[in-house]
Parts: sequence; structure tokens; C-alpha cells
Amino acid sequence: MAQEAVSAGTAQEAGWTAIVNDWSADKATFRVPWGKAMMWIFLLSDTFIFTCFLTGYMNVRMSTTVPWPNPSEVFGLDVFGVSVPLLLIGIMTFDLITSSGTMALAVNYGYRRDRGRAAALMFLTAAFGAIFVGMQAFEWTKLITQEGIRPWGNPLGASQFGATFFMITGFHGLHVSAGVVYLSIVAMKVLRGDYEKRGYEIVEIAGLYWHFVDLVWVFIFAFFYLW
Amino acid sequence: MAADGQQHPLKIYFWIWGLLFLFSAASYGTDFLPHGNFRWGLILLFMILKAGFIVAIFMHMAWERKALIYAILGPPVVLLVLIGLMAVEGDYTELKRLDFFSAPVIPAGHHEAGHGAEAH
Repeated sequence: MAQEAVSAGTAQEAGWTAIVNDWSADKATFRVPWGKAMMWIFLLSDTFIFTCFLTGYMNVRMSTTVPWPNPSEVFGLDVFGVSVPLLLIGIMTFDLITSSGTMALAVNYGYRRDRGRAAALMFLTAAFGAIFVGMQAFEWTKLITQEGIRPWGNPLGASQFGATFFMITGFHGLHVSAGVVYLSIVAMKVLRGDYEKRGYEIVEIAGLYWHFVDLVWVFIFAFFYLW
Repeated sequence: MAADGQQHPLKIYFWIWGLLFLFSAASYGTDFLPHGNFRWGLILLFMILKAGFIVAIFMHMAWERKALIYAILGPPVVLLVLIGLMAVEGDYTELKRLDFFSAPVIPAGHHEAGHGAEAH
């Protein structure tokens, strides 16, 4: 913990002493840029929203007496005549993990003030995000046109399947889409040199948002697709 | 430049990146297991490992001060209460449905109406 440049010049008190000191001192509680603290608090509120969605999904799935459609089959793809379970969702998961990695590198290069690399990695991250949304559009199209899944019912089983699926993945897809726009704007500004004076915290803040989108997908993947 | 915030060796990101790929592959692999406690345990295990590494390393939570860590990671704990309540509620609703509706016929009337219209 000693090698960190963060909170330089402040002794790292142990445990509760640090917390009490931070909260009781007559100054800002969080020793991070305000934008970062605000992003964390926004993400905290988003955590509550997504947890409410997933809890609602758990509730309707537990309470329905009609069999739940098997996600493994519903989201399977035929590859040269062989049906591979959850293939598209697997690819989407790896796509998002890859984008998280490129984002983490972008943050690193931002702090090194290598703004060319930072912007390039952010554009790459946004591109992976756009690919994710594209695959999701493909998935939705297949489900709606071929499987006949609707928010109010479907031919495969419990009617709550469509309602929860479209709501949860739709809201997540909206977050990814917004993230693509957000990252692209910040990347353009990074490339232009807008942050040379202010510093590159903005890349880390945008990165927090992006990693959160990936984080939510981890839970959706586990609870909706695998369970 | 110390004021520039979270700066760590690139190596750690590549390591975590690799681990996340590994956990993703493993959790995809659970889909080939039969449904049961073993599968659900593995799903939860890989989920928590992935989420933990993303928050701790990619989002730099491991290096933040405790004031921020507890302020952000503490409140979601109350969500466990909601999840617990809704699980009890879900169980109860299912039991009442089994009691009062003969399972497992397709339940609501408007569902059937919509069903015919969307047949392909």
C-alpha cells in the first residue's frame, strides 16, 4: 500500500481511525476529485436500480407456476448445424471484458499524459461497446421475430420471461449505449488536449462508469442467463 | 505527478484482465453442468470473483481510502434485506397460486389471447 501516489503527503492511518478522521475533519470527506466522488455516488444509485430489477426478476421467477424457458436453449446459436448453448451471450461477455481491459489501460495512459494512446484506447473501448449493442440488437431481433417472445408472453413458458428480459437487458443496453457516447466525447476532448491543464481524472471517472456497466453484466449473465 | 491520482504498473491490469477472461470462460462452462447446488454455487463463485476484481482493481477501490470504500460498498448491503424479503414473498405467492389455481396450466386470460396473435 505504500507505493501509491494517491493521497500523497497524508499518513495512512489504520482502520477506523482513518474513517473517523476523514469524516470528522472540517474539510471535504473524500480525498478524491469531486467528479470521482460524484460518479461513485451515481453508480451507487445505479446499483440500487439494477438490484431492484434483478430482485423483481427473482420474485416473479420464483412465484410463477409455469415452467421458466431454458435460457441455455433460448439464447443458443446454430453454428454449421451444431447448436451451441448461450454462444452469443458468451461472446458478448468476452467483448465486454475486453473493453474493460482497454478502458483500464486508457486510464493508465491518461495519467501518464500520453493522450494519443489514452484517446485511442478509449475509442477502442467505445467500439467494443458499440459491437456489444449491435450483438444485443441481433439477439433481441432473433427473440422477437423467431421465438415470438413478447413482454406479455411467449410460446416457451412463463410469460414473465419476456417482461424481465426486455426490461433488464434493455436498461443495461441503454447504459452501454450512453457509455459509448460518453467515452467518445471524452476521448475526443482528450485527443484535443482539453485536459492538459486540468489533469486526466476525467478518464478515470469515465472508466468507472464503463467498468460499472461491465460489472452489471456480470450479475445479469449469472442470474438471468446461467441460472 | 502525485496529484494525478491512481497510477499503477500496467502489469497488474494485464494480470487481472487475464483472470477475468479465465473466470468468464469458467462461468460460461457452468452452463454445461446439470442444474443443482453445485452449478449454482459455481455461478455465484465466479460471479463474485469477477465482480470483486473489477471493483477492486479496475475501479481502483483497493487503493481508495476507507471513508470512500465504506460509503460506497456499505449501503448496498441493505439490498440483501430486500432480496431476502422478496424471496420469502415469491415463495408465498407460488404456494398460494398452487393452492388456488390448478398448476401447471397457462394462467391469465389475456396471455392466451396474445399468444394466438403472435404464433409464427
